Amino acid sequence: MSTSTTQRPGQRTTPARKTGRLDLGEGRRAALLLSPTFLVLALVVLYPLLSAFHQSLFSSQSGLDADGFVVEGDAFVGLGNYVQIFAGADAARFYNALWNTTFFTFTTVTLEVIIGIAMAVAMNRAFRGRALLRASILVPWAIPTAVSGLLWRWMFQADGIVNTLTNQQVLWTAEGFAAQAAVIVAEVWKTAPFIGLLVLAGMQIIPEEVYEAAKLDGANAWRQFVAITLPLVRPALLVAVLFRLLDSLRMFDLPFVLIGPRKSSVETLSILAWDESNQLQYGTASAFSIILLLYVAVIAYVFITILGADVVGEKKPKAVRARRRSQEPPAADVTRSEPTQTKVTR
Amino acid sequence: MKQRSHDRRGVLSAALVTVGVLALTSCASGAGTPAAPRDAAELTGRGPITYVSSPDASGAAQQTIDAWNAEHPDELVDWIELPLDADQQRQQMVQNAQVKGEAYTVLNLDVVWTSEFAANRWITALPEDALPLDAEIPATVEAARYRDTLYAAPYYTDAALLYSRTDLMEAAGVTEPPETWAEMQKACDAVLALPEAAEMSCYAGQFDKNEGLTVNFSEAVNSAGGSLFNADGEPTVDTPEALTALNFLVDGFESGMIPEEAITFQEEQGRQSFLDGNLVFLRNWPYVYASFSATDGSSAVQDKFGTSPIPGETGPGVSTLGGRNIAISSYAENQATALDFIAFFTGQEQQGERLAVSSRAPVFSEFFADDAVTARLPYLPDLLTSLEKAQPRPKVVQYGATTAAIQDAIYPALTGDTSPEAALADLQQALADIVAE
Repeated sequence: MSTSTTQRPGQRTTPARKTGRLDLGEGRRAALLLSPTFLVLALVVLYPLLSAFHQSLFSSQSGLDADGFVVEGDAFVGLGNYVQIFAGADAARFYNALWNTTFFTFTTVTLEVIIGIAMAVAMNRAFRGRALLRASILVPWAIPTAVSGLLWRWMFQADGIVNTLTNQQVLWTAEGFAAQAAVIVAEVWKTAPFIGLLVLAGMQIIPEEVYEAAKLDGANAWRQFVAITLPLVRPALLVAVLFRLLDSLRMFDLPFVLIGPRKSSVETLSILAWDESNQLQYGTASAFSIILLLYVAVIAYVFITILGADVVGEKKPKAVRARRRSQEPPAADVTRSEPTQTKVTR
Repeated sequence: MKQRSHDRRGVLSAALVTVGVLALTSCASGAGTPAAPRDAAELTGRGPITYVSSPDASGAAQQTIDAWNAEHPDELVDWIELPLDADQQRQQMVQNAQVKGEAYTVLNLDVVWTSEFAANRWITALPEDALPLDAEIPATVEAARYRDTLYAAPYYTDAALLYSRTDLMEAAGVTEPPETWAEMQKACDAVLALPEAAEMSCYAGQFDKNEGLTVNFSEAVNSAGGSLFNADGEPTVDTPEALTALNFLVDGFESGMIPEEAITFQEEQGRQSFLDGNLVFLRNWPYVYASFSATDGSSAVQDKFGTSPIPGETGPGVSTLGGRNIAISSYAENQATALDFIAFFTGQEQQGERLAVSSRAPVFSEFFADDAVTARLPYLPDLLTSLEKAQPRPKVVQYGATTAAIQDAIYPALTGDTSPEAALADLQQALADIVAE
């Protein structure tokens, strides 16, 4: 996406500087050439960010004068909005939303990974109508979330098809675990294909010879999957999971449309921020957004640190090049002697 | 290793950038100095104006605008269509007011927003003598005022109706539609004893956690002789009357008089349930009448239902007032044209014209007794009875926070998570906090 294209030029200068070839004039020219990018970034990223933080330090104080007119003013409250969120009267609502956000993220992403990989494996086989299956599997992802929210609400309503088929009378769109389950089902249905497709792309660059060698060595399908497929698609999978994490941490439209606003069992941080801004409490709404931003940043950082996802795509070309250079031997190597399977990931 | 840490930084800043852009969509600057309240004569300026409104599928409003434009080529009205969702309409109008935008001239407001817009001076006061208020239903005019000053002209109105399965009531020997909750329960007991009604439920309204719940709760409280706020604007929900009202709903769910799934009902789900023949009684707005009486086979209740005013604790109930008002944005130009347009748009002649294509209830009482009109919209006499007693929803400036507090307190009581007494005590406290702000 835009992030990867904007990052790339910045990184190209790094190796050059390291080798010491870059003189001062060239550095200036590089800065000059990059300045439009930085300017645009500052305008569309830095400014809204700072502006939101600034806004989050104010609280709109409103009262009525004697004639019943609103007297309004923004009062500087410092970190008051944050204190109010973490320890104020409505703190329970915030912690509940934080828990829901986290709960939805981890359950949906876990399920999506499992189902997505299964989809990718199925799509990677050569069979009749494969192209059709690949196209059709993308349909849920192509439907706008709000529309799929409406579709699922229709299916989940009290006399809907879900209750009819299961012969149950579950009130999916009321409060409670059923509502959470409904959101999870709809979210997984919608975004598992996204993971599936990225994983499939990762699978297709695995050379067929590796599998042939494994077969010759008598590795069964499961063994091939664990020792070859999974390690080799890991970079693609990690990027997919990272994107999904970031995406689902700011989940808004699905619970909002499917279950409705102000339902505490599915209220996420984004819905909370929306609700505040809807009440014209822009200070608190900004504070919620900043908190969400920090939370997402922390999760992303932890994820990248622990698993080392390669989002920017710097390592991939190298790995592919390395593999091409000595394609046959290491592949054969891996399948023959199992302990060296970690090599494959390098 | 160096390369790797650089990667991480890159990844992190990429993530931050992505998140930053996405997380901050909800922030706009607020606060502005309010415009001074205007005297009627101060509405000046003539020229093209805009009419800002929700879509009108019937085409009736467009017809009126076309008629105006044909007569006033120098003062053309351009329709700015907003999304169907009421929350989004309100948000766009509020945003326009906060930046003091001149793009919106004439605003189509839900009756419950009128106080908020007036108190913030986002809409301008209107001269009473420019509008035919005397011929209009008093409750609708009252809903267009804020603190005794007129800020809008009533456009169309809405009140609750009780839809009942007259065929089954007849079969069970019930001749009159119920006027009280007890009568409704008795009628249900008789009807549900019939073999053909064995699978049915008695009553439903709108109990999902949204505006419909506020409407139904406030109707129940008013119908039990209570009120949500007193004349001085102080909340009065921790009262025996409110408790009676809430108990009617809570006990209804407990006893099964109200079916369990009604907790998920908004207007549409209730309509569908009655349409499929699952309910004996339904509280809903007049708009569902057309779908119940459809002759194309889609309705299982065609010719089998009737309407009446909603029941109450000791006599006929008190409906909440719905509908729309038309107001002029304080920041607009050409306000003299806007006033003329409002008088034309909401005037009796144009309301009459629109009745031919739209089923929205007019605000002139005369139409409710007009045989030609009632032949097409047979529920109008019942609606008028309902409207004569109708109470506006709380006329508070912070309506959004108020309705949210009501839903937050009442919904868990209906699901049995809190006791009715505790719910009302909490609600009293929450509303007092909102009023004090």
